[in-house]
Amino acid sequence: MNDQPIAGVGFNTVKPRPYLGITTPETSKPPLAERISVSDVNFYYGDYLALKHVTMPIYDKKVTALIGPSGCGKSTLLRIFNRMYDLYPKQRAEGTIKFDGGNVLDPKQDLNLLRARIGMVFQKPTPFPMSIYDNIAFGIRLYERLPKSELDDRVESSLKRAALWDEVKGKLNQSGLGLSGGQQQRLCIARTIAVRPEVILLDEPTSALDPIATAKVEELIYQLKSDYTIVIVTHNMQQAARVADFTAFMYLGELIEFGETAQIFTKPRQSKTEDYITGRFG
Amino acid sequence: MRIATRTAAITVLLLLGGVIIALIQGSIPAFREFGWGFLTAEHWNPATEKFGALAPIYGTLVTSFIAMLIGIPVSLGIAIFITELCPRSLKRPISTAIELLAGIPSIIYGIWGLFVLAPFLQAYVQPFLIALFAPVPVLSSLFSGPPYGIGIFTAGIILSIMVLPYITSVTRDVFETVPPVLKESAYGLGCTTWEVVRKVVLPYTQTGVIGGVMLGLGRALGETMAVTFVIGNAHRISASLLAPGTTISAAIANEFTEADGDLYTSSLIALGLLLFVITFIVLAGARLLLLRLQKRAGT
Repeated sequence: MNDQPIAGVGFNTVKPRPYLGITTPETSKPPLAERISVSDVNFYYGDYLALKHVTMPIYDKKVTALIGPSGCGKSTLLRIFNRMYDLYPKQRAEGTIKFDGGNVLDPKQDLNLLRARIGMVFQKPTPFPMSIYDNIAFGIRLYERLPKSELDDRVESSLKRAALWDEVKGKLNQSGLGLSGGQQQRLCIARTIAVRPEVILLDEPTSALDPIATAKVEELIYQLKSDYTIVIVTHNMQQAARVADFTAFMYLGELIEFGETAQIFTKPRQSKTEDYITGRFG
Repeated sequence: MRIATRTAAITVLLLLGGVIIALIQGSIPAFREFGWGFLTAEHWNPATEKFGALAPIYGTLVTSFIAMLIGIPVSLGIAIFITELCPRSLKRPISTAIELLAGIPSIIYGIWGLFVLAPFLQAYVQPFLIALFAPVPVLSSLFSGPPYGIGIFTAGIILSIMVLPYITSVTRDVFETVPPVLKESAYGLGCTTWEVVRKVVLPYTQTGVIGGVMLGLGRALGETMAVTFVIGNAHRISASLLAPGTTISAAIANEFTEADGDLYTSSLIALGLLLFVITFIVLAGARLLLLRLQKRAGT
């Protein structure tokens, strides 16, 4: 079921149709750099198999959206990229996730370094109980010992990058908890990019936000992709259509279809995908 | 309903007021006789009826300080282990053991301290400490003299064991209120467990942690029975922590039955009043600290 769509993942939109089934991925590789390569990943919560043989690319400096109904494994997949599941006993992953020549799933992987390079933003805003300034400086201080002026610059540029600077520049010493939900989420994005990651994982980053705050975050995602590779989990299909270059549709732990967002939403190859995006289930 | 509950609430206030008034009234003779000298004099001589509270005050503060010095780090360590590091199968046994520790009556700590802990400290720990700190200027006088076994130091250790379950269970409970996603955010930035605990969990829970520490400190300041067994009950202040001393509650418990004469009784009641005042100051200090922390956190 999942072999067939994956073989043609993302390529048919580039190559003309008649080559379908004859071409191999090697010869038809589009001019895109794979930042992360997921191949044959299984994931277990205890004995429960939550992801089944997932294989997909994450392209460099593109936004990849993971969509699908609740429980399809999209957040699970996202949490594998930075090994967040490692915090919990009884959760384990099999397969390989190639990132920068190494395997993310390698037990010897330096998790702190990995998580510095692959940042994550969560469903609910999670500012730390400290000032706005310290929220941003927190991550920087973990890795670098900067003089005060340089640290100030980094904090400022991170907040600017997250489109929050103008709103908070006068109150950097106030608690991050005093900001609105949307501001808090942008603070969390600023905190993540302050560490200078290469990949940013967004786990339903706007599900707790109102439409205006959502629009700001989406605008921000659009701007960030010039510098970062972004993977976003969303239950909002319009959001995926708005922000993503590539979209992966998942269902019951399997990757059903992966392709350019326009193709997924206009010419889905799998009937499951079509059923989902047309709202017949999910 | 309202009248009943209000009566109950007012009763508490009346009781508190009554206790304070009784303590003040009872201690008037002692303060009239000795004045402020009661607070600053070290001698305590029932034969000549000369009483000074400095030694018990000193003993109370120092034993509690030792208890906190040992008890806080160990308790926080246990709480951190239980909430952050411990495999699920160990979580319940450790938690239960801690709660059982809280349930042991203080008299049992007392006899255990006198018959087991004190001889052990006398034979092994105290000689080692004396030898270890002998070349260090200030510490050498803190750990000097013969190892009696009983004394301020031993009382402090017993107290630290007694406050441990209180601080541990309160801090464990507040550590568990930290939202998992907040910890995940910190781990997501690449924090180690230690960094998550120090920079996220502790700041997030500082109010509760201080509350737990104060609960322990309150217990340590007022603990009577166990301390009376192991402190040596000597009304004097020695430079050495290994020397016998006394605390306010131990002095009262020890001497109330033999207090003949109004001045002796009154002096003991005055000691009680002092303990009350010290506890009140500590609690007020904790309140102030919390207020300042909350102001800084901006919540």
